[in-house]
Amino acid sequence: MPKLLKDKSLVDNGWQVLPKDFAGSLPNAPCFVPLDYWLANKQSPLNPDTVGVWLDAEQEPEQFADDIKSLKHLAVNFPSFMDGRGFSIARLIRERYQFTGELRAIGHIVPDQLFYLSRCGFDAFCLEALDLGDEAEPHHQLEDYLAAFSVTYQACVNQEQPLFRRR
Amino acid sequence: MYIYDQHDKTLIGERVAQYRRQTDDYLAGKIRDEVFLPLRLQNGLYVQRLAPMLRINIPYGMVSATQLRALAHITRKYDKGYAHFTTRQNIQLNWPQLEEVPDILAELAAVEMQGIQSSGSCIRNVTSDEFAGINADEIEDPRPWCEIIRQWSTLHPEFAFLPRKFKIAVSGAKSDRAAIQVHDIGLQVLKNEAGEVGFKVLVGGGLGRSPAIGQVIKEFLPAQHLLTYLEAILRVYNRYGRRDNKYKARIKILLKAWTAEVFAAKVEQEWLQQIDSPSTLTDEVIAHAKDFFTSPAYENVDVTSAEATLQQLAGEQIAFGKWRDRNVVTHKVAGYCAVHLSLKPTGVAPGDVTDSQLEAIADLADRYSFSEARVTHHQNLVLGDVKLSDLHELWQAAKQLGFATPSIGTLVDMICCPGGDFCSLANAKSIPVAEAIQRRFDDLDYLYDLGDIKLNISGCMNACGHHHVGNIGILGVDKKGEEFYQVQLGGSALNDASLGKVLGPSFYAHEIPDVLERILSIYVEQRIEGESFLDTHRRIGTAPFKEYIYAKAA
Ligand code: HEM
Ligand code: SF4
Repeated sequence: MPKLLKDKSLVDNGWQVLPKDFAGSLPNAPCFVPLDYWLANKQSPLNPDTVGVWLDAEQEPEQFADDIKSLKHLAVNFPSFMDGRGFSIARLIRERYQFTGELRAIGHIVPDQLFYLSRCGFDAFCLEALDLGDEAEPHHQLEDYLAAFSVTYQACVNQEQPLFRRR
Repeated sequence: MYIYDQHDKTLIGERVAQYRRQTDDYLAGKIRDEVFLPLRLQNGLYVQRLAPMLRINIPYGMVSATQLRALAHITRKYDKGYAHFTTRQNIQLNWPQLEEVPDILAELAAVEMQGIQSSGSCIRNVTSDEFAGINADEIEDPRPWCEIIRQWSTLHPEFAFLPRKFKIAVSGAKSDRAAIQVHDIGLQVLKNEAGEVGFKVLVGGGLGRSPAIGQVIKEFLPAQHLLTYLEAILRVYNRYGRRDNKYKARIKILLKAWTAEVFAAKVEQEWLQQIDSPSTLTDEVIAHAKDFFTSPAYENVDVTSAEATLQQLAGEQIAFGKWRDRNVVTHKVAGYCAVHLSLKPTGVAPGDVTDSQLEAIADLADRYSFSEARVTHHQNLVLGDVKLSDLHELWQAAKQLGFATPSIGTLVDMICCPGGDFCSLANAKSIPVAEAIQRRFDDLDYLYDLGDIKLNISGCMNACGHHHVGNIGILGVDKKGEEFYQVQLGGSALNDASLGKVLGPSFYAHEIPDVLERILSIYVEQRIEGESFLDTHRRIGTAPFKEYIYAKAA
């Protein structure tokens, strides 16, 4: 079973990510549907406990702003770890649209981004998305990456007050 | 100067530990090259033609004597005993070993220095005016604002993987000495009629390929909204800047594609959603930042007698008089002045200093200028607070150390990038061309007669040497494997910013001094009393220069 780093520990990942052009009927297991599928099918009853929505980097949370709060699982795709759009998307989802469910990073990320990703509101990371080079296992505790810094200057999702208000 | 508190120290220490671990992992083969690349760039490490190159931030150009000594020690211990001041108020080492960079960063951290985000697709070192806080034409000291921006941008989690590099410059004076019109964001500090401080915000300036002058997207941003507004600009850029082609990824391209009006509207819309969020600056934080940049303990100097002595010495020693005319700048406090230490002696790459020179500068700063120095974007240093009564003594010391070349602002006070001698992106060498020019134009009286002329040289279109905004710009180009030089006229990075226009077909390196001589002869012939080179060019255009030069060459 593929793994997921969630709430700082590794758990089984029972969720599938359906392809961007997905159409047809949903599998019988928890899955992330692409945003376009969601927009086309949101009238039909979709159970938020087993159906989440994923966005690609060029897609906009504004496109389904009114639905975000009713969902429990969202995912944002990183086409490459160098493509930083997902950081902004995550903050919008959390801060502007007040999403409190699980927010996953999917696609391609590297362990050294975990700290920034979690500051921007991601709280779940597919291990498949984590680029570990040629290794099968991460060579450091993933929690250590998440806790790389104990000081942060800016306000962000996990710290509403900038340092200058906390000094 | 800003002094780190416990938070800043912890953060920088954790950054060094992180980079040490990343370097170890990389050397053990656990991180691939492509993944290590942005990690090392965001700590200042490029891999260059001959060796890695480490870029160390000097935030808004302020450097202490202690820091200069640490830099001297580092260049001696880890490098070949010299370093290079850049146009972005940074300093670069040319020969560090990749394995030793974590140790270098640890030594830097001990003196509150770092290379965080000095390279890579992120928010870079914020730059400013070398006369911040000391020039009479200042509206407000830009440094507290620069420091607020420095902290905000440091390890910003949302903006570490931007489409491309991002440079912010701040000017607080009436005359722009920070080239704010050719930065991704340029901020001009202003006061409105009610005396409240705010910023004029320019976006989309930049050099490199497709150079552009920034456009105003907000006439007056009240100061407390600085960070939320910057955050809005960066978010719009991060989301919509092009990522498919790195040559089209700078914010200037987005601005051109959308127009400044559309871009401004998009930023405004984003900003209004964040306005008054906790990132809004409070009076306390602004006052706290300003506390670091108060005036030093200026003494009462007997100005009349100091001036009289200087006048007399200048009469007796012509070289001193010339130096004072060219290299000394007036100060807002009577009895004080600011002094350029020139890093442009003939035969040395512009901006290069040795380890012992760095120490000597530290000594001069201790002795004459409250233990601080400033880096200029023209690759010189400034001692900002020198007593008039110390000036002659300082001149003698500077002369002995090789910092008293009396050529500030003249043709031979060039900006020059490392070029083909060091840089793997170069099309052509730039340092030898600079040297040939200095050798040809060695007659000071002629240089003074020409007056202020900015000559800028880049070894390729990346424009690290600012050739587009030189009054005369020289650009290295490659034609079928041979090095050639294109000449541009009419650029400026001051308040009247403009981009130079290409003169015509390019030249061989050995032709450049002659070409310059002819360009200057046209200027001398055509100028109207008191007119600068730039003004003459603006009045008569490129055609007369072109006709003369290519007629002769043919
Ligand atoms: C030797 C190693 C260096 C490399 C590989 C390098 C690389 C580059 C590249 C690729 C660009 C173009 C960026 C773009 O168009 O988006 C650039 C621009 C620039 N670099 Fe460098 N550079 C180097 C050294 C320097 C030095 C020594 C200075 C200062 C003297 C400098 C200052 C600048 C400036 C001011 C720009 C223009 C910024 C703009 O486009 O707005 N660089 N550099
Ligand atoms: S302008 Fe070109 S040659 Fe010069 S340092 Fe920049 S990239 Fe290198």
